[in-house]
Parts: sequence; structure tokens; C-alpha cells
Amino acid sequence: MTSPNRPLKAVPVRHYGRWAAAAAVLALAYLYATTVLASPNLEPATIGRYLFKDYVLDGVRTTLLLTALSMAFGIAGGILLAVMRLSANPVLRVVAAAFVWFFRGTPLLVQIVFFGFLGALIPRLTITVPFTDLVVFDQPTNAVMIGIVPAVLALSFNEMAYAAEIVRAGILAVDPGQTEAAYALGMTPALSMRRIVLPQAMRVIAPPMGNEVITMLKSTSLVSVIAGRDLMTAVQTVYAENYKVIPLLCVAAIWYLALVSALSVLQYFIERRFGRGQRAVGGVR
Amino acid sequence: MTAMIHAEGVRKTYGHLEVLRGIDLTVAPGEVCCLLGPSGSGKSTFLRCVNHLETVTAGQLRVDGELVGYRRRGEKLHELRPSEIAARRRDIGMVFQRFNLFPHLTALGNVMEAPVRVLGETRAAARERARALLDRVGLADKADAYPAMLSGGQQQRVAIARALAMRPKLMLFDEPTSALDPELVGEVLDVMRALAADGMTMLVVTHEMGFAREVADTVVFMDGGVVVESGTPAQVLGDPQHDRTRAFLAKVL
Ligand SMILES: Nc1ncnc2c1ncn2[C@@H]1O[C@H](COP(=O)(O)OP(=O)(O)OP(=O)(O)O)[C@@H](O)[C@H]1O
Ligand SMILES: [Mg+2]
Repeated sequence: MTSPNRPLKAVPVRHYGRWAAAAAVLALAYLYATTVLASPNLEPATIGRYLFKDYVLDGVRTTLLLTALSMAFGIAGGILLAVMRLSANPVLRVVAAAFVWFFRGTPLLVQIVFFGFLGALIPRLTITVPFTDLVVFDQPTNAVMIGIVPAVLALSFNEMAYAAEIVRAGILAVDPGQTEAAYALGMTPALSMRRIVLPQAMRVIAPPMGNEVITMLKSTSLVSVIAGRDLMTAVQTVYAENYKVIPLLCVAAIWYLALVSALSVLQYFIERRFGRGQRAVGGVR
Repeated sequence: MTAMIHAEGVRKTYGHLEVLRGIDLTVAPGEVCCLLGPSGSGKSTFLRCVNHLETVTAGQLRVDGELVGYRRRGEKLHELRPSEIAARRRDIGMVFQRFNLFPHLTALGNVMEAPVRVLGETRAAARERARALLDRVGLADKADAYPAMLSGGQQQRVAIARALAMRPKLMLFDEPTSALDPELVGEVLDVMRALAADGMTMLVVTHEMGFAREVADTVVFMDGGVVVESGTPAQVLGDPQHDRTRAFLAKVL
């Protein structure tokens, strides 16, 4: 008989299957790494030389700026579209649905090129007050679509469509009893949405939205087709001159990987913040 | 004296289903009225009509003399705008069966939210009052706890404090103790009893016969969308006149 106070001693179960699987995976990883690293075209020294060049750093900055702006507009527009789709007004519902349908249904690359050449479709951008001759805004399209503007527009519009679906799912996941409680306290529908429903929807919205940011960071590389001045455009410009394609692609890959890793850490903390009050332990601040 | 609630032939239909089929009911200021009835008899629906969470299909429903959901201008009735409906609801507190506390706010935050956002009180004033209200429901030490960390009874008491923070003239309770473990029912009923003693006008849907007998001024028995009988607790619970009332009481007592 063992004494009741002494810890139990037992031989643990041996997981031979786990050991075998781990060994097999490690062997494959080793083969892969050695094959890639053995390539004479990798040129680690070249990678190191270009990694922190000022035009590469400029590209990184533009990539971050594109990501931040497009996500900001994308989320703001997405919330608007989601609320429109859930509204009682059939016109708003249909317009929002059509917007989502179009921008989810066409490739991002097509949208980017389209915005890059918007001047060919609409030569002048004019805003007038309807039914009057009052002109609020009138400029040639090509004078407006300069720098990163077409890139931001394309990425934002595309993101709005995806963000709308994510936000809508988040809003629908909130218990209708929450809205009733808010109404019963005298809140208007708008106040209840802003103070009660959206903050709770954030818990459902945050994880997929974090993935959207990461996807967006990498999708910005597509704007290189309209000379978007981003990281990808920067390395392409260099290897078009010196033909060091592989090392420069590695430079881009290293930067994207580093930025995505940083974003993943940020994502962890943001998700934890929006989980507030959801766990029984550790929720108090 | 205007009645706090005055219902005349109130009807409510969902599609082809007529849930309320002509409710006549009056609750005077300061009165505690308990609404009894079998499941599906329309008790919740009526309660939700009172603060316009549901729209009445026909009949007249007045709260403190004002028509619920409409404004009379001359001969015509005008529907209220959403902001006007919201403004009317400020004076009517509601406590739900499933508490419906805001899970992303602490107990204190739950109580403060509407006074700050709806009434425009300063945070400092609202916080002070919220603490006093939490103290009144016996939860002064739980101010910083999130709802998920509170027991059902504690959550329901926070919900009562949250409703009281708007200084309502009428409180609606929809089976406030039905989702609670038996040992937690008492603490919520104690709070409601104290509220009644303070003179609050209350319309309470409940299956707690002891509470109805002891606290209610009137007991109303509903079945099939109509009021079958109403009167003092002694009349309705002690000497029911209708077979349906007797059959219901035999089951719950
Ligand atoms: N939104 C709705 N749409 C359709 N039918 C509804 C709706 N809300 C309630 N009902 C129906 O109305 C009837 C009365 O419901 P109500 O919730 O008022 O009953 P209750 O007396 O509160 O019952 P319980 O004791 O179960 O809470 C039920 O038959 C219910 O199915
Ligand atoms: Mg009910």
C-alpha cells in the first residue's frame, strides 16, 4: 500500500508513434533546407548587402503605409457596409450586397490594374450638387490618381468587401438580448450598436481581421504591377537592372516574414484585449 | 390619478398567430402587479409591449397617460421616431429572465453606461450613484467584477441596479428568478421586496407564488392571450373563480 500523502509513481506511457513522426518530419526539413541553402544563386552576401539599402527601407515604409491606410479605410467601410446589410432599408441592403458581390467576385489584381488606369475609363473626376450647376470638385483623373492613391483605393475597396462580411458575422454573433437590454435602457439603435453590440462583436471580428491585416500586408506586393513604390516594386526595380533575382526576392521575403511576425505578436495582444470579460479568470483589470 | 399602465383591448399578432387577444389591465402608481399564467399565454409579449420592444397590433396601451409608440395630433395618430421611442423607454426599467448584462463591461460599467450615454450624466456622478445602487443590492464589493465572474443571483441583482440607475417610474420584471438555482432565488426576491416597499411601481411576471402572495397588490392570471381573472392575491390565489385558474394553481402550488 502506498501512503496517501506520497506522490504516485508510475511508468509513463511511451509514445513510439510520436517519436517516429517527429524523426520523419525533421529528416524532410533537413533535406529541404540543405537543398535550398546549397544553391549557388542564393548569395547570402548579396542578400545582406541589399537588406537595409535605403530604397528597400523606403519600400518597406510604403508597404506599411499601404497596409495601414487600406486596412483603416477597409474596416471603416466594412462596418458601414455591414450595418447597411443588416438595416431595415431594402435599398441600403441591396447596394451593400452588390458592392460586396462585385469586389469579392473580381480578382484583386484586376482591381489594382483597373484603378491604375482609371483615367482611361473616366478622364475627369467631377462632383456636382445634384439638380444644380454647382461644381464641388473637378479635376483630371490622372491628376488625382498620383503616388499611392490608386493602390490605396484598390486595396481599400477590396478590403471593404471582406471586412463587411467579417463585421456582419460578428454583429450577428452577439446575443439579441444585448440589443434589447440596451433599448430597454433608452439607448437609440445607433448608440446600442456603437456601445454595446460592436464592442462585443469585436471578440468575433478580431481574429479573422488580424488575418486580414496579414493578408493585406502581403497583397500590397500586387501593386508592383502599377509601380506602387512598395517593397516588392523596390526589389523588382533592382533585379531588373542587376539580374540578381533570387537574392532580391529573398530580401523581400525576409522583410515580409519579419513584418508578419511582428503583426502576429500584436494580434495576440489585441485579441486578448477584446476577450475582456469573457473569461471567468484573469479578466479583471 | 393617471394609471401607470392602462391597457384596453390590447392585441398582438405574429403573422397568423394571435398572441394577445384583447388585454385589459390597469396598474396604479406604486402598485405591485404580478402576472401569472401558463407558458405561451403571452405574459412576456405583453410586458414587451409596455416598453415598445413589441408593437401593439390593436387596442390602446398607455404608460403614465402617454400612448405607447404613438403621438396623438388632433384626430390622427403619428408613429414615434426611433429617438422618441428610446426617450420614452428611459423611464421604464426592465429586468430579463436571462439577465442580459453587458459582458464586456464590469458590474459598475453596466450600471453607469446608460446614465452617462443616455442621460448625459458626468462619469463621476454616475459612478457615485452606481456604487450606491450596487451597495443597495448588496454587491458593493463586486463593482469591478465582469458578469462572467458573478453567480446568476449576483448578475440579476446587478441587472436590477442597472435598470434603477435610470430612475425609472415603472419596473418590468420578466421571470427574474426562473434562470436561477433555487438557493439564489431568495437574494433576488429580497431586492425586489425592498423595491416594492420603497413604493416602486412594478409589473412582475413570475412563478414565485410566495412572492406574489406576500408582495403583490394585484395578481393577474392570463391564459391564451386574455386576462382570465384578476384581484388581490387572496382572491386570485386563495379563492380562484375560474377553472383555468384553479387548474394552473393546482400545478404550480
Ligand atoms: N417574435 C415572435 N414571433 C412569433 N411568435 C412569437 C414571437 N414571440 C412570441 N411568440 C409566440 O407568442 C406566444 C406567447 O409567447 P410569450 O413569450 O409571450 O409567452 P409567455 O407567457 O411569456 O410564456 P413563458 O412562460 O414560456 O415565458 C408563444 O406561443 C410564442 O411562441
Ligand atoms: Mg415569457
